[in-house]
Amino acid sequence: MLESKTDQSNRDGDPALEQLARDPSSRKRFLSAVGGAGAVTAFAGLLAACGGDSGDESTQAGDAGSEGAGSEAPSSEAAPTEGAAATRQTNPDPKEGTDDLQILNYALSLEYLENAFYAKVLEADLFTGSTLEAIKGFAQNEREHLATVLATVEKLGGKPVAEPETNFPLGSPTAVLELAAALENGGAAAYLGQANRIRSKEVLAAALSIHTVEARHAAALNVLAGLPPEPEGAFAAPAPMEEVLASVQQFIVTP
Amino acid sequence: MPYRVPTIPALSAAGVQVDGITRSAFLLRGTLALAGLYGAGAVGPFVGRSLAQAEGDDGDVEILNFALTLEYLEAEFYRQALDLELSAEVGALARTLGAHEAAHVSALTESIEALGGAPAEEPRFSFPIGDEASFLELALTLEETGVSAYNGAGPLIVSPEVLAAAGGIVQIEARHAADIRRALGEPQAPEPFDPALEMAEVLDAIEPFVQS
Repeated sequence: MLESKTDQSNRDGDPALEQLARDPSSRKRFLSAVGGAGAVTAFAGLLAACGGDSGDESTQAGDAGSEGAGSEAPSSEAAPTEGAAATRQTNPDPKEGTDDLQILNYALSLEYLENAFYAKVLEADLFTGSTLEAIKGFAQNEREHLATVLATVEKLGGKPVAEPETNFPLGSPTAVLELAAALENGGAAAYLGQANRIRSKEVLAAALSIHTVEARHAAALNVLAGLPPEPEGAFAAPAPMEEVLASVQQFIVTP
Repeated sequence: MPYRVPTIPALSAAGVQVDGITRSAFLLRGTLALAGLYGAGAVGPFVGRSLAQAEGDDGDVEILNFALTLEYLEAEFYRQALDLELSAEVGALARTLGAHEAAHVSALTESIEALGGAPAEEPRFSFPIGDEASFLELALTLEETGVSAYNGAGPLIVSPEVLAAAGGIVQIEARHAADIRRALGEPQAPEPFDPALEMAEVLDAIEPFVQS
């Protein structure tokens, strides 16, 4: 059922993606390897439109290389007996300074990217059979995500971010599946990274319902790319906005 | 990289309003509605525990205990599945998913204790599974219910840390649902938006597997 063999000899894709394929726990590494921590300049317009994070995520669990930081910070700094007021002082509120419209425009930009990617993949006619059917289904899901997020931005009175011009390196079928898996794992991590920054319960409910569909895509594509469906194990890690925008900057064509 | 549910200082979130009602009232309404349908005893220890918790002020603890009960159910389900004759592939899937659910149980238990709450006791479960086909069919139901349960509870969570932790779990439940669908040869993401279930609906769905 797998049209593209996953043996190493068949891989001719991006070295970073090959590394991702070899190291199942390297989503974080992928995000930094393909983007570069400071490589946001060419994507600055979108970043500005989205607002960006202020580093709040560093106080949450799941940062690469800082396992346990999330559990240490609150317990060591907050006095457990002083209740909510003390907690607020010592736990920076992830919602502080956030704007649902900015988060929605960020989601919109990612949905634009995913839509453009799947359109190009389907145009390239690389797959057949069950893999093609799966990709068609994911593409349809992403079209509906895009339409819904766009409509929500407009409903809230916001100005939707412009659709970026994109360029995706499409190599062998295996390399494309690896890129698809990386994009979907990153998309799921991106939604997860915003969940506790969203103010509106309705927007949160919508984001959660998209988040778990991105997770399904990621699990499915991981297997097609020869990776475990849950590379991070029992707990998925969030990705902060600036990290995600940096990692996808390579796919944005700058004017 | 796995991460633990953050340890959170005790909160006093009295009188938090969700859509005009307190979350305690919301949760009580759900459990009472269910008790009305099935009789309070029929849904086992969880309802009694939930009603007791709802008298307190910390709705996040109630939601975490709700999640803990679902994770107990899933973890025990995969444990019992290992007694079946499964193909190598499905057996490996049951072991992997079961290990994830057991990790969720541990993390939620620690998180509830860190919030100053009392973790719900594990109910006794019974599952109508006798072979690989019935295992996969029920696994799909349970994983899909888990996704919808977390997605429904998410907007009710007050603590950003608890919400982040729940999000890190529900993403894995969704991946599990996709895994089971793959084993069944079904589309892995059949809908563009995953549905959300209210707590009462979830309790309704799991009631047949809770022994009274």
